[in-house]
Amino acid sequence: MEPIALNGDMAIAHAWRQIDPDVVASYPITPQTIIVENYAEFVANGEVETEYVCAESEHSAMSLCIGASAAGGRVATATASAGLAFMWEVLWIASAMRLPICMSVANRALSGPINIQCDHSDAMGARDTGWIQLFGENVQEAYDNTVMSFKIAEHSGVRLPIMTCIDGFIVTHALERLETLETQVVKDFVGPYQAVRPLLDLKNPTTYGPFSQTDYYFEHKYQIMEAMKRAKPVVKQVQKDYAKISGREHSIIEGYKTEDADYVIMAMGSTAGTLRHVVDELRHEGKKVGSVKLRLFRPFPFDEVKEMLEGKKGVAVMDRAISTGSSGPMFPEVRTALYDAVDRPDIANYVYGLGGRDVKIDELKGVYKQLMTKDHDMVNYLGVRP
Amino acid sequence: MSFTLKELSHSEDRLTEGHRLCAGCSESIVARQVLMASKKPVVVANATGCFEVSTTIYPFTSWNVPWIHSAFENAPASIGGVEATYLALKRKGKITEDINFLAFGGDGATYDIGFQALSGAIERGHRFLYVCLNNEAYMNTGIQRSGATGRGAQTTTCPAGTCVPGKKEFPKDLTRIIIAHDLPYAAQASPHNWRDLMEKAEKGLECGGPAFMNVVTPCPRGWRFDPALTIEISRLAVETCIWPLYEFEKGKWSLTGESKRIAEGKKEKRPVMDWIKSQGRFGHLLKDKWSPVIEEIQANVDKKWEELIKLSQM
Ligand SMILES: Cc1ncc(C[n+]2csc(CCOP(=O)(O)OP(=O)(O)O)c2C)c(N)n1
Ligand code: SF4
Repeated sequence: MEPIALNGDMAIAHAWRQIDPDVVASYPITPQTIIVENYAEFVANGEVETEYVCAESEHSAMSLCIGASAAGGRVATATASAGLAFMWEVLWIASAMRLPICMSVANRALSGPINIQCDHSDAMGARDTGWIQLFGENVQEAYDNTVMSFKIAEHSGVRLPIMTCIDGFIVTHALERLETLETQVVKDFVGPYQAVRPLLDLKNPTTYGPFSQTDYYFEHKYQIMEAMKRAKPVVKQVQKDYAKISGREHSIIEGYKTEDADYVIMAMGSTAGTLRHVVDELRHEGKKVGSVKLRLFRPFPFDEVKEMLEGKKGVAVMDRAISTGSSGPMFPEVRTALYDAVDRPDIANYVYGLGGRDVKIDELKGVYKQLMTKDHDMVNYLGVRP
Repeated sequence: MSFTLKELSHSEDRLTEGHRLCAGCSESIVARQVLMASKKPVVVANATGCFEVSTTIYPFTSWNVPWIHSAFENAPASIGGVEATYLALKRKGKITEDINFLAFGGDGATYDIGFQALSGAIERGHRFLYVCLNNEAYMNTGIQRSGATGRGAQTTTCPAGTCVPGKKEFPKDLTRIIIAHDLPYAAQASPHNWRDLMEKAEKGLECGGPAFMNVVTPCPRGWRFDPALTIEISRLAVETCIWPLYEFEKGKWSLTGESKRIAEGKKEKRPVMDWIKSQGRFGHLLKDKWSPVIEEIQANVDKKWEELIKLSQM
């Protein structure tokens, strides 16, 4: 296929169009809105067969997805920020019912003060809800992750809802070069949807969402945790299979010049691209630095993180969110991953980019420098005025 | 469109025995009447509340039909999603059967927290019948006030004290608010008049779009009456015109059952005092001090009743 130019939101809508889910529930919120607007046009022009439902809120949009998915449909939706927060109650229910709903999240800060720019507070607020979370760096990954997400979520050993996240504005609204696949190739890759015990199977009436007391609730949660464990190898396998049809290699965690690096910065989303640039510049100066991009945040790949970071002299974990009263939310996870490492690096947390605050090349160079001189606190704030 | 007991005795049990509702609870009575009114297979969504928890205590279920509960405030959206998948799969030829869609919610789920989802689902035109099991309070959490609780009733969040006579406000007239959505069918019903209720449920299910039924659902626990009297109490609600039976069909209002007969002068309209005396939740109103409250309740019932008569003559 000839490369085309699309922004991140349009790339996601394009992937949805090729997959043509049975039901799409929509509710606008910046910076996601372009996805559901684009899709509405595909519906209006008969390019898809989807039942497109304009909900009256995100809470209902997710509730519609739950009903639609339980009924036996392939289902997608999109949201961001306050919309994701508004869905929070029902996100738990989607995972508890083991419904493979695919949701695109255009990462945006949460109020207040109200702010429409990128940070990861929304996705981090939903990190414990039993959803798989994939983060994309650019428009290409927005597209690729969306296609892969259906196959991951619907895998018979997983059957969990999935969030594919991209950075608001930085990726959602940036026009970039995009390589797409033929629609038939996408359709064949994703395959027909195989519902499990759908509500619309009248011969086998199923009760979804019963009242579960102390005698069973814990077991239900444990099963979700087990499904999460199974999700990690499935994500890896789907990424491998996807490489075969696209030629694009994805991984759950990607190192850049990390093999011989002494100092490493780790981030999710668009910052990973900036970091590679910084690494190149510092390598030019002879510094042994590298960077790590994390694509899969839930389930958290503890082993892979440890493998990549063990033996380094210093590691900085960049969090584009804050767990107020603690640290950035990724930091404790990475520290946990490294706790058993024989050769444990010095590790620091950098909270950055909240509410869309730019992350500058010099600032990132400064982080490497602080790692090298151990001149840092446990939790540091990049570019904030005290 | 008329139902006979003989015919009903042969119909399948869609909600089976073994649920844990209190003795005398009318929620299962209403639900069974509604379920029997569907000639087609049904898929049911339920809001959180007494009815949901009592019928599905894992690993048991009283449901013989596909059923989904997701949260307190989203039964209309849940069933809307089910219906959306149904439409998609039918279009793709993957489903051929005709199916009815039904949602149950308590008055809390309907008048208060779930009102937005209900209004949205009706506006979007999903084909489903929403049934409000209206016991005039949040019973599942222990009898707290809702937007449906009547003036003067005691609940745990509007207790009667020396200064306050129970709930201060009159209930919100939800049926009329829903009718303002201009939907194909809406009605008020009561389980004591099962034929009227079932005919309405059938009309709602067959109207081709969203339909709403508000059903008085006496709760012996919360209302404080002898569980043997559930049906008597629901009849009293209608005879006092506290709960008029009527329907709104294709833009036309009409009184039905006992309410029609009261309006035509063929049946006596009983005073609200009979209603108040029948239930412990109003016991405090019998003190002289609160007699003006009873007068206010009577005046409000009369006013709403007159309005309804006018609407049904239009
Ligand atoms: C968001 C949310 N808030 C509160 C609750 C607690 N809750 C569960 S059921 C219920 C009351 C149900 O009342 P109603 O809808 O009238 O049904 P009933 O139990 O009286 O039949 C409440 C407050 C909840 N489950 N979810
Ligand atoms: S508390 Fe009332 S509504 Fe709830 S089960 Fe008991 S009688 Fe029924």
